[in-house]
Amino acid sequence: MAATALSPAPLIERDHALTLLRGMLLIRRFEEKAAELYSAGNIHGFLHLYIGQEAIAVGALQALTPDDAIVATYREHGHALARGIPAGAVMAEMYGKASGCSRGHGGSMHLFDAGRRFYGGYAIVGGGLPIAVGLALADTLEQRARVTACFFGDGAVAEGEFHESLNLAALWKLPVLFLCENNRYAMGTALERHQSQTDLRAKAQSYNVPAEQVDGMDVLAVQEATRRAVDAVRHGGGPQFIEFLTYRFRAHSMYDPDLYRAKEEIARWKERDPISTFQARLREAGVVTEADVAQAEQEVATEIVAAVAFAEAAPWEPVENLLKDVCTGAPR
Amino acid sequence: MTRITYRDAVRSALREALASDSRVFLMGEDVGRYGGAYAVSRGLLEEFGPERIRDTPLSESAFLGAGIGAALGGMRPIVEVMTVNFSLLALDQVVNNAATLRHMSGGQLSVPLVVRMATGAGRQLAAQHSHSLEGWYAHIPGIRVLTPATVADAYGMLLAALREPDPVFIFEHALLYPVEGDFDPASGVADIAHAAVRRAGTEATVIAYGGSVGKALQAADQLAAAGVEVEVLDLRTLRPLDDETILTSVRKTRRAVIVDEAWRTGSLAAEVSARITEGAFYDLDAPVARVCSAEVPIPYAKHLEDAALPQPAGIVTTVRELLGTTRG
Ligand SMILES: Cc1ncc(C[n+]2csc(CCOP(=O)(O)OP(=O)(O)O)c2C)c(N)n1
Ligand SMILES: [Mg+2]
Repeated sequence: MAATALSPAPLIERDHALTLLRGMLLIRRFEEKAAELYSAGNIHGFLHLYIGQEAIAVGALQALTPDDAIVATYREHGHALARGIPAGAVMAEMYGKASGCSRGHGGSMHLFDAGRRFYGGYAIVGGGLPIAVGLALADTLEQRARVTACFFGDGAVAEGEFHESLNLAALWKLPVLFLCENNRYAMGTALERHQSQTDLRAKAQSYNVPAEQVDGMDVLAVQEATRRAVDAVRHGGGPQFIEFLTYRFRAHSMYDPDLYRAKEEIARWKERDPISTFQARLREAGVVTEADVAQAEQEVATEIVAAVAFAEAAPWEPVENLLKDVCTGAPR
Repeated sequence: MTRITYRDAVRSALREALASDSRVFLMGEDVGRYGGAYAVSRGLLEEFGPERIRDTPLSESAFLGAGIGAALGGMRPIVEVMTVNFSLLALDQVVNNAATLRHMSGGQLSVPLVVRMATGAGRQLAAQHSHSLEGWYAHIPGIRVLTPATVADAYGMLLAALREPDPVFIFEHALLYPVEGDFDPASGVADIAHAAVRRAGTEATVIAYGGSVGKALQAADQLAAAGVEVEVLDLRTLRPLDDETILTSVRKTRRAVIVDEAWRTGSLAAEVSARITEGAFYDLDAPVARVCSAEVPIPYAKHLEDAALPQPAGIVTTVRELLGTTRG
């Protein structure tokens, strides 16, 4: 297949372009549906939407192999879907059903899939970073050339666990890829109001962790930067840090009235929507047609209808199982 | 049978585990070059090398969490937290990650992690270095909590902990490290499901664990000299508690005194007391009594520290009071 030049991004093939586009569309439409189902009372608890940040999960996970591990946050539907956890299993989890990817024990914030080495959503900000360091330590001790990718937000950078984990990973040269999704807010607190140093790379660099800043609204840029970083990590270079500049289009969670941001600011970022800008670029460069996009939308819609049907039909975990899996032995 | 110290018993178990399973490694502050703050791991760095005896920075949360991650990654990490006092900086990893991952993942993940730490008071280290917080840990579903009181348990419980597919927390009372006891090198893995009767008796059950077991036995000696035979029960495992052994003893003696170096309010002693009243209320001849630490930050001066902690004399007095309530 002919490769087409996309300025300023590198060459991209039609099939791969469609994979990326479809991946982002799946997250976007899945979450729009989830928000609707939340309002309808089918999904409960906290629901943190990823809309606006799709290019990061989709682009970054392109750079990983099935053998690599992923640690994410409570805003992790996108990462779970991009990793290939079936949309039905994720939706069923949000419904709290036994067919959910965590048997309904975790909900939206705690998606797990051991087989896909998706080590979960962590809802204590910063809490996943030490886990990622440990997964990488196990690989180092067992001399496996695997990478652990750890996603977190700009807010986590203020936590002690961020600093402890970067120091430890760098000190021990562990194969961790620290991926910071800087969406400029920790709940309602803007970056300038929670960081004395707003260039987050500087923090990683102070631990001797090579750090890069990347446009998180450009899926190709995300993919390329992550590939380079993964390559360095996999070849024994120790941890790497990437700061993705991004923005969440929706409120922090479904509870958030979003009173702390100017409407104009949100509108300005929406002009850089990672999906519509990518589509436009692909169309302009002649890589995909309008019909391709329509077909991708159609496929995604079908997948989501099936996911919701799966979740609706899925069984509940029997209450008799409540204490099962607290410990392996008989719970007391 | 030989006599070795509690410290040597822990070290022997570490050595055996490291030698027999390549997935086992030890990490913590000063476990390597320094030899362990309590000299437990002295010599292990030379024997097993820096990959498996890993000195960590002062980052309790990161290295305990890394222990969880390494366990998820198939290893059998042993994390040494220097003392329980510093474990508070890692409590998030314990409560939110180690304890939850199996259940929260719907049974997909297993965290075979062993965490050891020194606990307790009695060395004039003042308020910030004298905590007994193992009862807090015993509050948490998803982990196991062991408190070896003897040389044999110091050895066998560590080996048993390494066989568990779930996180196990071992609390070693700092005053026990130099204490000698009988040790059978062939004893192997200890039972961690049951409490143990350390001294049989008939008139009351003194229930203790960890550093308080020795004090309970001293009190029992003094009482025996006065003709009062009390049973001394060593809880050994604080989570899950062995209700059966506790209730069997109390039903027999009809009186219970619980000794706990932690503060009384909301303590493990309170939990044991509640279980006794739930399970053996009509067998009791007297209210359950507790001997705990005074509700005060543990002070430095020796006479004040002694007064704050449970002592054999206080246990003796409490037993006598209990007997008095029925004997007039
Ligand atoms: C330790 C901790 N403190 C506070 C919270 C409440 N909280 C949840 S998300 C959040 C903001 C986190 O911001 P960031 O890391 O930038 O991630 P984002 O939500 O933007 O994806 C806060 C304060 C928490 N979950 N954990
Ligand atoms: Mg943020």
